[in-house]
Amino acid sequence: MSKVDHVKASRSFIKDEPHIQFHDKRLWQIRSLRDQQAHGIPEWEQLRELASRIKEHTLSNLADYLEEFERKAIANGVVVHWAANAAEHNRIVHQLLSERGVDTLVKSKSMLTEECEMRPYLEARGIAVIETDLGERIQQLDDEMPSHIVIPAVHKLAKDVAEVFADTIGTDRSNDDPHYLAEGMRQDTRPYFLKSTAAGMTGCNFAVAETGSVVVCTNEGNADLSANVPSLHIASIGIEKLIPRLEHLPVFIRMLSRSAIGSPITQYTSHFSAPKDGGELHYVLVDNGRSERLAMDDFWYSLKCIRCGACMNTCPVYRRSGGLSYGGVYAGPIGAIINPTFDLKKYSALPFASTLNGSCSNVCPVKINIHEQIYKWRQIVVEQGQVSFIKKEAMKLAGKVLGDPKRYRQLSEGAKTIGGLPRAFLYNPFNAWGKQRELPAAPKQTFHEWYAQNRNKDDQPEGKA
Amino acid sequence: MTNRDAILAAVRQKQPASCALPKVPLFDTDLPPTRAAFIAALGKMGGVWLEGAGLADDFDSVIRNRFPSAKNICSAVPEAEGTCRIESIDDPRQLDGVDIGVVRAGFAVAETGSVWLSEVQYSVNALGYLPQHLVVLLDPADIVPNLHHAYQRREFFTARYAVLMTGPSATADIEGVLIRGAQGIRSLTVLELPRSSND
Amino acid sequence: MRVALFIPCFIDTFFPEVGIATLELLERVGCQVVYPPNQTCCGQPLGNSGCQADARAAETLFVQNFADFDYIVSPSGSCVHHVRDHLTAAPDDDARARVRTNTYELVEFLHDVLNIRDFPWAEFPHKVGLHNSCGTLRRLNHASSSELNLPFFSKPLDLLQGVKGIEFAAPQRPDECCGFGGTFCVTEEPVSARMGYDKVRDHAGAGAEYIVSADMSCLMHQKGCAERLGLPLKFIHIAQILNGAKA
Repeated sequence: MSKVDHVKASRSFIKDEPHIQFHDKRLWQIRSLRDQQAHGIPEWEQLRELASRIKEHTLSNLADYLEEFERKAIANGVVVHWAANAAEHNRIVHQLLSERGVDTLVKSKSMLTEECEMRPYLEARGIAVIETDLGERIQQLDDEMPSHIVIPAVHKLAKDVAEVFADTIGTDRSNDDPHYLAEGMRQDTRPYFLKSTAAGMTGCNFAVAETGSVVVCTNEGNADLSANVPSLHIASIGIEKLIPRLEHLPVFIRMLSRSAIGSPITQYTSHFSAPKDGGELHYVLVDNGRSERLAMDDFWYSLKCIRCGACMNTCPVYRRSGGLSYGGVYAGPIGAIINPTFDLKKYSALPFASTLNGSCSNVCPVKINIHEQIYKWRQIVVEQGQVSFIKKEAMKLAGKVLGDPKRYRQLSEGAKTIGGLPRAFLYNPFNAWGKQRELPAAPKQTFHEWYAQNRNKDDQPEGKA
Repeated sequence: MTNRDAILAAVRQKQPASCALPKVPLFDTDLPPTRAAFIAALGKMGGVWLEGAGLADDFDSVIRNRFPSAKNICSAVPEAEGTCRIESIDDPRQLDGVDIGVVRAGFAVAETGSVWLSEVQYSVNALGYLPQHLVVLLDPADIVPNLHHAYQRREFFTARYAVLMTGPSATADIEGVLIRGAQGIRSLTVLELPRSSND
Repeated sequence: MRVALFIPCFIDTFFPEVGIATLELLERVGCQVVYPPNQTCCGQPLGNSGCQADARAAETLFVQNFADFDYIVSPSGSCVHHVRDHLTAAPDDDARARVRTNTYELVEFLHDVLNIRDFPWAEFPHKVGLHNSCGTLRRLNHASSSELNLPFFSKPLDLLQGVKGIEFAAPQRPDECCGFGGTFCVTEEPVSARMGYDKVRDHAGAGAEYIVSADMSCLMHQKGCAERLGLPLKFIHIAQILNGAKA
């Protein structure tokens, strides 16, 4: 796997003015809507604290809650499967489908199935996978990863969608009215839901141990169609999705959509506990690295994530580089701390794609200390030797100079001379500062020199007060 | 060792020291009257509120007045006949040609403007999704103040499938333009109507 | 009150006037100010780059320079945040713990420790946009952040309101990061510059004549952006205004 080059990807994203402008404005608008909702609820900060503690409790007692969840689900008539990794997940799903003669899988959005790369696996085995969330479908038809957890095609403009749909589902290329495009998608998708050889799949936002229920939050109605029309419903569940009891659920439901898109609740908050009449309900519980992460002292808190995407919306770097620049299933701040747990080498650039401004941690409804984890991931990246030789040597040298006042003084007095250098020397392609910014003018003397001249120990204004 | 046992053993070994589970308050002091709050919240989420109907009214006419061009109306409530009864549906796919579904909410939530529906109300769950529009009858006495109260309801513990539905199916996935009627119903009408005494 | 002055490396080199203003202001309000001459840098650039081990010497020197003072004051929010929260390249001993606790950023020192609100010598008849740097805003709690549902407060505004003639511009995104981010400004140059451009345009659009901040590093970056864009914005550190700079 080659390393993700976030800088290169962001540079080309920024070059396209209409796209970056829309992307930044749209996500900032969502962040503002989120603020309005959060400020409208007096107990908002208390809810965040509760959600964080409920998740920390559940994760620290996860084995017991998983057993309780399984026990209740089986009692409800659900078939429960366990997958240690992506390959097992895909194999289990494929077996369920092929045994029942299913040739079409209608599914709602699931980051977990993206993580497992399930779609290509099933397609290679003759099963058509139809993403039924509009944004996810656009990305599927364009053969791109989702660029955002909640709004998968947020980096596209309507005219881009018109191109994709014209090429794939036969809409009119010249018509980029979003209403027309969404209707085209609806008309194209409906027959798949109705196929007698179709099965439905959903992800899982919350799994309630007390009742063995899976909770799915969507706006389009596609999860409820996927689960309620075909007779077989498979839910893929990351093992970190557990919460103890139904009474804990409102804490999360009240914050999920408010944090995600600034609406009080998703249009559909759907609870699946038992198979429908004449149907089957299967849960696939997936580890895929989660238990490993649980053992990481500084980083297990990332398992609290409820995938609202608020950290992405508020992140000034994400808004100006686009989700695809992160090169992984999870983009933005949460991607910067989750992706390295899957492949540190490949994603070693992501912890540096941050200004450590901390806004992500402030909007996080489960209070993940995202920016602090980013800071710590940088240390891991360096310790594991995933930085360039030049950077490593430069830092080593800087460390020596900054620890030695004499050498430091020689250099800082020297820095003043840069002001006298010719402009072409200062502003060249090798000077990252000067590409798009002017350099500060160097003053005649440093503060240090000024102080030595103007405030000698002898004439220190003793007791002046 | 099976997958299950291996995963559970790994989790048990790796999970951090146990953290305490906090108590969740009901957050129900100083809340506005439930009916007015529900109407306001429903409207914000794109639902339509209809009031003024009485038990003696002919609900088939009320529904027809709201949807004059509707041909197929499938009813799961005794108050309206529709053009077909949900009891006559034995495969959810048959609901695809339905223009209007009619169902009664188990209860509703003022905070979010949501109506609660399960297989008990639907009979066939797809009634809430395959028709083009949905009409939901609601007794104002069935509105709870907020989601904390909602999740105390016993129905949640017995339902095989339950949904908090809030407005029609919607998407803003293309350039943030709000579109009602993504994959599911294009409109949601909540019709205020107390339950009849034998309901 | 005896106060040690910590002048971060880039202020020493590029913005001595900010160091001088800080020194004079502290003296003006009655502090006996000492400048330990062997100071270099707190090690933040190394720590932020993940190079903990390399930061050890700088941190140890920092602790040596400042261990004997009850108050260490600096006109740089991000450096103070680093000292307080990230001075961890070596294990904590008494001196290190003391230095971490005793280090204050100038605004919080004036606001919380000295409890000063009036600056009768200061007059700044200009429209200013206040830039709350991310370090001061979210790590040092200079002000309420827009993300949190907490009552509004702003220590820098409390202080600036004690300056005659000053007016405030209202940018659309007051707490958006400007994109400086330490080494981020060169390692992620495309995004950093774009964020800086957006930031200075927002302030210019709100009618700001000056951008004022407690973090000179953010201002250095924003100034570089504004000059390249040809925007007529001026930049000034809060210490300079509070010390009576007129322009």
